[in-house]
Amino acid sequence: MSLSVLFVLAFANVIISLLRNTIPSRIRIIVQLVVIAALVILVDQVLKAFAYDVSKQLSVFVGLIITNCIIMGRLEAFALGNKPWPSFLDGIGNGAGYAIILIIVAFFRELFGSGTVWGIEIVPKGFYDFGYVNNGLMILPPMALIVVAVIIWVQRSRTTELIESK
Amino acid sequence: MKALRNYIDKIKPNFEKGGKLEKWLPIFESFETFLYVLGDTAPKKGAHIRDAVDLKRVMSVVVISLIPALLFGMWNVGALHYASIGENADFWTTFGFGFIKVLPLILVSYIAGLGTEFVFVYIKGHEIEEGFLVSGMLIPLIVPVDVPLWMVAVATIFAVIFGKEVFGGTGMNVVNPALLTRAFLFFAYPAFMSGDKVWIAGLGEGNGIVDGFSGATPLANAAAGLTDKLPSIYDMFMGFIPGSIGETSFLAIMIGAIILLYTGVGSWKIMLSVFLGGITMGLLLNIFATDTNPYMALPWYEHLMLGGFAFGAVFMATDPVTAAQTERGKWIYGFLIGFIAILVRVLNPAYPEGVMMAILLMNVFAPLIDHYVVQANIKKRLKRAQA
Repeated sequence: MSLSVLFVLAFANVIISLLRNTIPSRIRIIVQLVVIAALVILVDQVLKAFAYDVSKQLSVFVGLIITNCIIMGRLEAFALGNKPWPSFLDGIGNGAGYAIILIIVAFFRELFGSGTVWGIEIVPKGFYDFGYVNNGLMILPPMALIVVAVIIWVQRSRTTELIESK
Repeated sequence: MKALRNYIDKIKPNFEKGGKLEKWLPIFESFETFLYVLGDTAPKKGAHIRDAVDLKRVMSVVVISLIPALLFGMWNVGALHYASIGENADFWTTFGFGFIKVLPLILVSYIAGLGTEFVFVYIKGHEIEEGFLVSGMLIPLIVPVDVPLWMVAVATIFAVIFGKEVFGGTGMNVVNPALLTRAFLFFAYPAFMSGDKVWIAGLGEGNGIVDGFSGATPLANAAAGLTDKLPSIYDMFMGFIPGSIGETSFLAIMIGAIILLYTGVGSWKIMLSVFLGGITMGLLLNIFATDTNPYMALPWYEHLMLGGFAFGAVFMATDPVTAAQTERGKWIYGFLIGFIAILVRVLNPAYPEGVMMAILLMNVFAPLIDHYVVQANIKKRLKRAQA
């Protein structure tokens, strides 16, 4: 574990400092997050391959590093510049936002990926007899990103003022 | 032909401004330009390219170059089917069987893809972009013959929307839409895209199959370490092997390649460098070959003829939109495709075929390659200017 932290911290510092002149300050947290997440996943994979027992015990924490970053990002962006009450509301709002997105993504992935919602069969049996097959791609991680992208697409075409002027 | 022209001229006012079908102008225009070259698109003066060959003609050349592979694929589908049930059929029965099997795939791919494009054209009010002409022909050629039609439709719609339209349509796509279709099918419905049941028509139902007939593709056999079960070089060259519809025949693909190269539509640099990359990796693996993985000892020329390598190199990697644009970039891009394709094929047991992954991966990297090639050139010239 100590070695992993050492590795991630050292290389994240190097990469960020290499990029420091090109990162726009508005999205710096997100860029840092991507770098850290990439390194953490790298460490996780190495642990899985060469120290499986260690990885079984530690993988929860490894994942938590990334979650931590999301929360850190919000603290940096809002709480440092605002009073407690608005910050509290901001926290609730953001948390609810994340939760809704997670639920929407999960709904579509479960529906198309395994034909169920909350574990209850939704797609009728007759469909399968006709040759309908669950979409295996929906269960794989990349599809979550595509569903999120579709949500952003819908959102931006509904509220056009979100589109940045060029 | 004259009558057609007259008819188009007659209905044209309906679509122009103020006409009752004004909203359908983009769709009307796309059909008109598909049938006829408009003579006056470039102004008479100034620096414009006045070649008669526009995007639609380029696309048509690619479609023509695909025809040998398509016809051979149809015949091969029939031949393998009759071989699997132990019957002898004459040429036309064989070809007819394959034709009936392949035609629905082509129709579904075109209807689903063009339908999606028309919807987007209608919403955006753009002129239609004809990129799908080629993709629609490529898709049936790179899937197994027994893949269910609705899957092809779903995958095509997905690929056109997420591979092309979200980036801004033809010419803006990052990855090749036809390959994206295949990748979608491969990951979404693996049971229908791999294994040894799907490559030959009717094998899945198991009716009257001759004992001991195996429908496994040579690649699957090779990945399983059964390199001694590979077909002869002649069979691989001609294409008498199971596989996706259009990919089996090296000969038919080479005819297509010659058409592409002769007309200058495909880049010879990319084709050559893909093959060079594949050969390099094949030779490298030969050096490190061990007894545990006989696949690594497979000679390089067999690699080039197996699976979709030749098809990918000739028709997929050369897609001018998704390939690298700079001349030096093309060499790097092609070489890495061949290199990675063989690497994935041999060393990753989960994927018997690496060509699809390699091309998609390098599609994504192509702009980066271009960027560094251009930067290097700028630096070189600056140095020369200072000296």
